[in-house]
Amino acid sequence: MSVVAAIPKAEFDWKPLALLGGVALLGLPLIGSPSTWVTLTVAGLAMGLIVFIIASGLTLVFGLMDVLNFGHGVFIATGAFVATSVMGGMGGWAGSPNLLLNLGAIFTAMLAAMTVAGALGWAFERVIVRPVYGQHLKQILITMGGMIVGEEVIKVIWGPQQQPLPLPAALRGSFVYGDVAIEKYRVLAVLIGLLVFALLLWVLGRTKIGLLVRAGVQDREMVESLGYRIRRLFVGVFVAGSALAGLGGVMWGLYQQIVTPQIGAQVNVLIFIVIIIGGLGSTLGCFVGALLVGLLANYTGFLAPKVALFSNIALMVAILLWRPQGLYPVKS
Amino acid sequence: MSVPEPAADSGASGSATRRASIITRVLSHDLPRNRWLAVALVLVVLGLAFAPFVFPGSKALGVAAKMLVFIVLVASYDLLLGYTGIVSFAHTMFFGIGAYGVAIASTAMGPGWPAVAVGCAAALAISLALSLLIGLFSLRVKAMFYAMITLAVASAFQTLASQLSDYTGGEDGLSFKTPEWLSPAFEPLTEPLLGVTVDGKLITYYLLFVVAVLLFLLMLRIVNSPFGRVLQAIRENDFRAEAIGYRTVVYRTLSNVLSALFATLAGVLLALWLRYTGPDTTLSFEIMLDILLIVVIGGMGTLYGAVIGSVLFVLAQNYLQDLLKLAANAFENVPVLSAVLTPDRWLLWLGVLFVLSVYHFPTGIVGRLRALRPGG
Repeated sequence: MSVVAAIPKAEFDWKPLALLGGVALLGLPLIGSPSTWVTLTVAGLAMGLIVFIIASGLTLVFGLMDVLNFGHGVFIATGAFVATSVMGGMGGWAGSPNLLLNLGAIFTAMLAAMTVAGALGWAFERVIVRPVYGQHLKQILITMGGMIVGEEVIKVIWGPQQQPLPLPAALRGSFVYGDVAIEKYRVLAVLIGLLVFALLLWVLGRTKIGLLVRAGVQDREMVESLGYRIRRLFVGVFVAGSALAGLGGVMWGLYQQIVTPQIGAQVNVLIFIVIIIGGLGSTLGCFVGALLVGLLANYTGFLAPKVALFSNIALMVAILLWRPQGLYPVKS
Repeated sequence: MSVPEPAADSGASGSATRRASIITRVLSHDLPRNRWLAVALVLVVLGLAFAPFVFPGSKALGVAAKMLVFIVLVASYDLLLGYTGIVSFAHTMFFGIGAYGVAIASTAMGPGWPAVAVGCAAALAISLALSLLIGLFSLRVKAMFYAMITLAVASAFQTLASQLSDYTGGEDGLSFKTPEWLSPAFEPLTEPLLGVTVDGKLITYYLLFVVAVLLFLLMLRIVNSPFGRVLQAIRENDFRAEAIGYRTVVYRTLSNVLSALFATLAGVLLALWLRYTGPDTTLSFEIMLDILLIVVIGGMGTLYGAVIGSVLFVLAQNYLQDLLKLAANAFENVPVLSAVLTPDRWLLWLGVLFVLSVYHFPTGIVGRLRALRPGG
């Protein structure tokens, strides 16, 4: 008991969360109308949570193995394109006005996308990433090369044109309360996003696997010396991260309602900004960073559309000036 | 640029030795060190020097000019990636700044040499400031971090260029007139020279050739100077370099700035040749990937790799597609093969080649040749 007492409990760092709340509150007077603010906030949360789903795997993989996968975008694009095929094939379900059938189509598409993206992730780790562990320069080059090849293969399978990914009938349109209008799909996106976040928190915080992953992020060698095969753990995290990216790809595609082969490269920039803001390797930082990016993009998009295009970069610079290692630095 | 014959042995006459020593000095004592590489380089230099006469036609000349621009551009990237070990995805940004500098100045001031000079100087100043800023801001940390930051900055710059459409022409880009001497309508000689009409296009080509050779030799000088050795030391082991007493941040930043300036000049050359600047020809991420492919396939850490890589890549880009068309036609009835072999998918094959060469030939074509046999 005395040993436990001797270890001071790490104090939780509230400042980034306070910043998030501050940004949301600051948006209210700037935007003026509360109903618009609610709409924008929900849109921002939806976007942020989708980005979080995509980026969480990337940041964990980096924290665990010091591997940064520049080809993460391939999984996003794969997920989105698998969804176009599945939703297209289930046109009857997706087109019917019944909400349950619609959700069935979406969840089938998500499941298929996660399976394919996860399998691809497993192959990607095996073929592309494994031979270059510990060599950062080669890693950047080779994962970038994997991205080029992946994008071209997608063009071979689905064609180089953009594909429509329409929302199912019952999910189009908005809920209206008074003068507040909230798009239905965004509510669904927020729900799924929160569910994934809760699931991740539970796995990372309450299970043995999660304990090992967190310990591995802190100190890989120590975990290895205690007899755990961190490589195997890492492959699991890589596959899970890829599957999550596939899920995020489906959600992003439905959000934009259109899918292009370049979607991966486009979202890549966004998720890099998010994981830099959050602190490389930190899941909580990734969450806060993604929500910040989502909220800010929607607020500035409403207030000053021209500025909105640079809001991410501005946010990144501001955060790095405040905390050079990101919101929640993982390692010193 | 000329490349030595297999080195004169000690018994050769005095003039031959002197000639060899001049060549050695021009090449900054960085000889090809392989017979086949030397032969290839001589062929490239001769081919580019006499391209208008040997390969007539405007397409061939365009291909040759693109090679010249890419040699400078890729060599400048190699300065950063191959010699200093820094991955940047913002290289096309500086390339674009150079191209847009000339285009905007020529549009605003009217065509002429003053516009080119002003555009070039302004572009160099902007590149200097930007690269210094990015370098000091992010080169202190890990290589990965720098790669990600530059990726974000480059995409923001691309958006900026398309948003400032009053100046940059947005997505359409800018077409402009070059100085009179360089315009295709300018024909100083009434008689064709060796069967080729001497016009502004030809003069532009030789301007590009001379500038590209000078810039290349200058870069060769830089990487083979004591400064260049420090960069290589940082690439090999930055901790040790710092321990010996070199401020690695300073050297990294300098390397970043130099490479940005050379890329800017490559952009100026491209603008002069095309008389057009647009996001697709300068700023797009595809060009960044092209540069990466060329550096790795040609050979990182050897400027000659940039030459060989650029020539092969531009040739492939312009002629491999015809070859793939033949192959696609041959396998027209085979479902998967025909889809994979269409000329539109040529980047797929280059991507595979890229991945394979990072694994198996990390030193690229030039490194392989040099390791083969210490000939030449």
